[in-house]
Amino acid sequence: MAENDERRIAIGSDTDLILARQEGRELAAKLGFSRTDATLVATAISELARNILAYARQGEIWLRPVHENSRDGVVVVAHDAGPGIPDVEAAMEEGFTTARGLGMGLPGARRLMDEFQILSEVGTGTTVTMKKWRRHG
Amino acid sequence: MPVSILKQGEYLIASIQSALTDSEVLQLQDDLVERVGRFRSRGVILDVSGLDVIDSFGSKALHTIAVTTKLRGAESVIVGIRPEVAFAIVQLGLGLEGVHTALDLEEGLAFLNRRIEEADGRER
Repeated sequence: MAENDERRIAIGSDTDLILARQEGRELAAKLGFSRTDATLVATAISELARNILAYARQGEIWLRPVHENSRDGVVVVAHDAGPGIPDVEAAMEEGFTTARGLGMGLPGARRLMDEFQILSEVGTGTTVTMKKWRRHG
Repeated sequence: MPVSILKQGEYLIASIQSALTDSEVLQLQDDLVERVGRFRSRGVILDVSGLDVIDSFGSKALHTIAVTTKLRGAESVIVGIRPEVAFAIVQLGLGLEGVHTALDLEEGLAFLNRRIEEADGRER
């Protein structure tokens, strides 16, 4: 899969959220993901884009194909330069929520994907990297 | 807005044609609750077969619609959840507890007819 399959979607409003998940679904479909798995990827993207809007107001989502150890997958990176998360572990706990009531966001996205990594620094921002591999058979 | 709301006798039938923004979802919540009162509706069918993604916000909105219309005296049923969307809702850890669902419009209508017959039977 060529480098030019990388896509960047700026997230600044709820219409960008729809665009981001459509792009994610298209990339997953192009890589041969099943309809169900492409939907799981699109839903995880939706949760991360929502997190960006709620906490940082703007940010971006990068989508790209990945090929590792003869596996194909999709990488989703959500980045913002927002306030950062003071307690990442607490934010990843089930049911954790703040005044904005987004309890399902991050743990929900993690359950939908195969790999999930979060880096956050207060005052600097948050970067979430998630991967999902195409299933064979 | 990509949602049509039809009045069909005692029922309201809302069909979502394509992906909605969050503000459109909130507008739909308000419209349905308001119209239940205006048309004195006893049942609401919400057809979500046009949605290719239902995330945590969407699931919460379906729950809100079911509960608020119930508080206004109408039974609600969500129909047309796509198979892949059903998997995503489960994996997200949301189960739509307390929300009535049916396979499609036909099953949704049958469900409401039964519920309302039961309710009328109790009143007699």
